[in-house]
Amino acid sequence: MNWMAWTLPTAVFFSTIGSILVIMTIFEIKRPCTERKGFLPIPTTRGDRLFIGLLSSAFIHLIVIGFTPLSIWIALTCSILWLLTLLKWG
Amino acid sequence: MTNNKRFGIIFYALFVLLPIYWLINMSFKSNEEILGTFSLWPQQFTLANYQVIFTDPSWYNGYLNSVYYVVLNSIITLVVALPAAYAFSRYKFIGDKHLFFWLLSNRMAPPAVFLLPFFQLYSSVGLFDTHIAVALAHCLFSVPLAVWILEGFMSAVPREIDETAYIDGYSFPHFFIRIFLPLISSGIGVTVFFSFMFSWVELLLARTLTSVDAKPIAAIMTRTIGASGVDWGVLAAAGVLTIIPGILVIYFVRNHVAKGFALGRV
Amino acid sequence: MNKVQNNKAWFLVLPVFLLVAFSAIVPLMTVVNYSVQDIFDQNNAYFVGVEWYKEILNDPRLQDSLARQFMFSFTVLLIEVPLGIAVALMMPTRGWTASLTLIVLALPLLIPWNVVGTIWQIFARGDIGLLGYVINALGIDYNYTNNPIDAWATVLLMDVWHWTSLIALLCYSGLRAIPDAYYQAARIDRASSWSIFKFIQLPKLKGVLIIGILLRFMDSFMIYTEPFVLTGGGPGNSTTFLSQTLTKMAIGQFDIGPAAAFSIIYFLIVLLVSWLFFTTITHLDKDKTKEQSYD
Repeated sequence: MNWMAWTLPTAVFFSTIGSILVIMTIFEIKRPCTERKGFLPIPTTRGDRLFIGLLSSAFIHLIVIGFTPLSIWIALTCSILWLLTLLKWG
Repeated sequence: MTNNKRFGIIFYALFVLLPIYWLINMSFKSNEEILGTFSLWPQQFTLANYQVIFTDPSWYNGYLNSVYYVVLNSIITLVVALPAAYAFSRYKFIGDKHLFFWLLSNRMAPPAVFLLPFFQLYSSVGLFDTHIAVALAHCLFSVPLAVWILEGFMSAVPREIDETAYIDGYSFPHFFIRIFLPLISSGIGVTVFFSFMFSWVELLLARTLTSVDAKPIAAIMTRTIGASGVDWGVLAAAGVLTIIPGILVIYFVRNHVAKGFALGRV
Repeated sequence: MNKVQNNKAWFLVLPVFLLVAFSAIVPLMTVVNYSVQDIFDQNNAYFVGVEWYKEILNDPRLQDSLARQFMFSFTVLLIEVPLGIAVALMMPTRGWTASLTLIVLALPLLIPWNVVGTIWQIFARGDIGLLGYVINALGIDYNYTNNPIDAWATVLLMDVWHWTSLIALLCYSGLRAIPDAYYQAARIDRASSWSIFKFIQLPKLKGVLIIGILLRFMDSFMIYTEPFVLTGGGPGNSTTFLSQTLTKMAIGQFDIGPAAAFSIIYFLIVLLVSWLFFTTITHLDKDKTKEQSYD
């Protein structure tokens, strides 16, 4: 595993993603969700909203890192807020 | 109207064939003739370029290597993709839509992105420079597409057929192989076409994952660029030989193409 | 079709999942790991955080090749999709000519990509190639190795030659699936060939066109081998697309960290565009079927 060059931050990152997926799966088994229409232009399921949220979060990070002097923590906070909004009302 | 059509298709076919004809033309010329005179067909017909390839083991082994991993790739692809496509076409299960998109997203990933880690991964499990490594790496791109294509075909087969077969007392494997597969034979033909197509034509990954024993023909072709310039004749001859397997594959699936390329989605 | 809810179906999907996970997830994780470190060798790697991302996002090499990449992908889609449909409409439908046309059209699809590059490299050269020779003989100064416009034209022409057949074959089989009764009805109504195309043929082609456009977009976005062989990315950087910039960085200069960051950004862009494509198209599809079921 040496060649994979693990670092603490990336390990934390992947475990977070992994646990989100596990939690969502358990949630889905316990309480299956149906497609609904929120503020997004298309009807979505919970999983769709999670995917949209994660993908847009990635781009929020890229924009903040690349084109602003702001710290990455601000990007992270924004992303989490955006993700929660999306999951609730998207 | 029909005359216009005929004229149009002949024109397009010429456009397709002309560059290939030029390659074939080159392969029968000597280098002096290629560089010295400009002619529409070989003035001094020679087979010397082909002789170079058929007498040098490092050349013809390249062909064998390529064919070997391409066949391996097609088999692996079909074996794993068939049950998965059946599951996607017949059942709803947790995460099915996302799994499907995730599979497809791998098809979208540029091979260049995976170059370094693939090299590291296959070296660390001891598969570097083997045919299976190239076949597995190509699976990342051929399997998602195969699942997608087969799923379309299987969805076009009505469920009632499955149910009738079970009532008649067929077991699942028996039903699947004897009844279901023949119904989607066009789909299988096209799937083989697509996995062959990807694996045979891909160079970047195949070149990165091999060094000597499994080196594909496409990578060996770069050798013709030597210190004294490009050996055009041999390069052209090698190119012509790489077209032949493709022609064979098209010939075998040609009757499935008309139905199969619709991918069960019309 | 109504599907049955059954989570045991996961067992059928498991082989695919494991296979793809082995060659996708492990490498993807590795790329992410590389992208946050400065790597000299196996044992000398230093954590640098998001430094590489900052550098790459502001790197004109990435920005330029990204712009070129989008221009290239959209140009080939604009040429290949209408041309492919037109070729499909012209193809003979029965007899030996039909088989022959199929085989001829499928030919370019099965030629190894570097050989495609080689074919055009030879074909377009001014001294030994038919195309270059003829164009020069017509009095037009054409040289794809040192004129960027000629190089672009040659790369585009090569891609059209290489991939229009895919769209044509997809559409051809889509057209074959239209029952004759439709055409007979149109003949009775004295419909023009344009309205036959618009109201009968095009709607039937939508399913296969979706696949064709998606495949062409994804593949043209990762194009590497053909322009690499044909022009080597030149003259200058005028035909250097994303994959080539990346490969140059990763293998040529061995800048693993920046190359990994580049890979992640590249992958995210492809993922976003393809997802947008995929969702828009499938939702348009769904709306249509809904409308039809209300009738």
